[in-house]
Amino acid sequence: MVRVTLDNVSKFFGKVKAVVDLELEIRDGEFVALLGPSGCGKTTTLLMVAGIYKPTRGRILFDDEDVTDLPPKDRNIGMVFQSYALYPHMTVYDNIAFPLKLKKVPKQEIDRKVREVAKLLQIDELLGRKPAQLSGGQRQRVALGRALVKEPDVLLLDEPLSNLDAKLRILMRAEIKRLQKELGITTIYVTHDQVEAMSMADRIAVMNKGRLQQYADPQTLYNKPANLFVAGFIGSPPMNLIEGSVVEENGAYYFVTPSFKYRLPKEIGELVASKTSDVILGIRPEDIRIVIGDGDDTAINGKVYVVEPLGRDLLVNVKAGDTLFKILAPADLQLESGQDILMAPDERKIHIFDKKTGKAIV
Amino acid sequence: MPRRLGRKVLPFLFLAPMLLMIVLAWVAPLILTVYLGFTDLSIKNLLAFIKDFFTDRVQRTLENFRRIFYAKDPNIGETLRVTVLYVASVLSINAVYALLLSIAIAYFTKNELISMILRITWLLPRITPGIIYALMWIWFIDPQYGLLNKMLQAMGVPDGWLPDSWLLRKPYSQMLMIMINGYVGASFGMIVYTAAIKSIPPDLVNAALVDGASEFQVARRVIIPLLKWPILFVTAWQTLSLLSSYEYILMVWGAGSGGQYGIARSAGVMVWSLYSYTKAFSEYLYGYASALSLILVVIGLTLIVLYFKIFGFKRLMEPSRVEV
Repeated sequence: MVRVTLDNVSKFFGKVKAVVDLELEIRDGEFVALLGPSGCGKTTTLLMVAGIYKPTRGRILFDDEDVTDLPPKDRNIGMVFQSYALYPHMTVYDNIAFPLKLKKVPKQEIDRKVREVAKLLQIDELLGRKPAQLSGGQRQRVALGRALVKEPDVLLLDEPLSNLDAKLRILMRAEIKRLQKELGITTIYVTHDQVEAMSMADRIAVMNKGRLQQYADPQTLYNKPANLFVAGFIGSPPMNLIEGSVVEENGAYYFVTPSFKYRLPKEIGELVASKTSDVILGIRPEDIRIVIGDGDDTAINGKVYVVEPLGRDLLVNVKAGDTLFKILAPADLQLESGQDILMAPDERKIHIFDKKTGKAIV
Repeated sequence: MPRRLGRKVLPFLFLAPMLLMIVLAWVAPLILTVYLGFTDLSIKNLLAFIKDFFTDRVQRTLENFRRIFYAKDPNIGETLRVTVLYVASVLSINAVYALLLSIAIAYFTKNELISMILRITWLLPRITPGIIYALMWIWFIDPQYGLLNKMLQAMGVPDGWLPDSWLLRKPYSQMLMIMINGYVGASFGMIVYTAAIKSIPPDLVNAALVDGASEFQVARRVIIPLLKWPILFVTAWQTLSLLSSYEYILMVWGAGSGGQYGIARSAGVMVWSLYSYTKAFSEYLYGYASALSLILVVIGLTLIVLYFKIFGFKRLMEPSRVEV
């Protein structure tokens, strides 16, 4: 097992900047997710760690050893590809045995290890089959087996669950997490699915347009997003983001939009006003309380636009002027379209971002 | 109802010109070849033959096949040996060397531009008109004025080692025959192979690299096994086309009418199909020439069956269950 360090790594393809100045450290035995929309450079990053791509700039270290110029075969990594990339002309057994054969491991040892891994992944019944005769979930296990059989120092997973159906995905999510903890292999997991990243990883590196946006544990990402991108990307349904400005009136600070006016807590208002006036206010759907009847003077007037029942709770769309809020409310709340209500945001859960830089102020 | 009829008839209507071409240019000659092979048709009895075409008055005979199989024709043994040499050597260039070449061009050459330039270089002989290609070779190998001997001399090959004639002196003439045909033929396999290599998902190659394979092992253990079908296709296609091809030999060794027989034979480049051609168009022994061709057809069909058996043709033709 090793510690993986990406030291100021960039990768350019001609004029396209796939990854820019990436600084990342993955601790020994840690499970890190690279999260971002497609084209954000997360797979490129993974392929650089694998040694398939050579960084244009920067260094990659395994522990203290510089592996930047090492070919993939000398890095002792295991990798699962999105397409699984099983060798179609080989049986499951030969697919799993392939890395060991290349290492010139004795035949009996290969046999023992292949069967051991197959048993661990519950594919020992399938060893004689060709990949074409397997289901998606089985192929995924075989790919995982091929990556694990050589006892890699680093395990790289490139969207391994994206080709599975929803039910199997949730099952495999837990299984991969358990396996990783059991084997203690340093793991980098690429995904565009924030739920996958949140539920599995110890830490998440959120990327966008080739740049690292934030690198933190799931709770921090959720509660303290560093910028607008992370705020909008993490969480489902996404955070409400509303453009407006902060103004001071008679010693009180207000967040003002053409549709409504909201009084900010004094210390937040002071902090924001000292930096900028053009801001974006962010509040998660579960951090707004719907009040029917009279509320306090900080509540925002709104009209129920549409109600989407989600089973466990309601997703209520509320319009305040032209601004649409999404709010999670208890499932037993009786609401009708067009009904006038009050929205009471939880003051402690408010986020405010600088409109120009997108960075979080509060 | 007319609509339904249209559905059945229309495809054939559209196919008709093509089918007509196939019948005229392929089926009819084949039937004719079979028929003529069992007659003693030559320039001498041509008029009578045309008059009696497909009637009982045409004499049917096995004499042609007796000449071939009982070695009554003294040239048969030598022609067969040259044909085997020709097909085997040029095939190894067109199918095997082209495979190595394609892997070198499409896999080991990572620079797309260089790869493209190399591919075009190998395509040049194919896009050159055949007669010009042949002429260029004739000029190239000319012992007095040609570039080849000058190049070899410049490289330090002693004059005494150079043949007085590349065209006539064995085994140089045979090497030349292989070179001329192999150089133009390799590009066919190259096109098929490079396209197939480029269509292998990059993930598969990356997976092998991550699994610990060297570039060479990737080529040997992943790329070549995945090219099974293209290899079968190129080998089968090239065997058949080589068995029946003689045009470059004819163009290089066969200047002048009637003369080619002598030159090609003494140069040791008289392949079976050229022999058949000479019998028909230099000696006007149409019946015998047809019999010679018929044997080529039979050999060709046997080879196809053999290839398909070896490569498991049926399995390969099944619709694939998954994309790789």
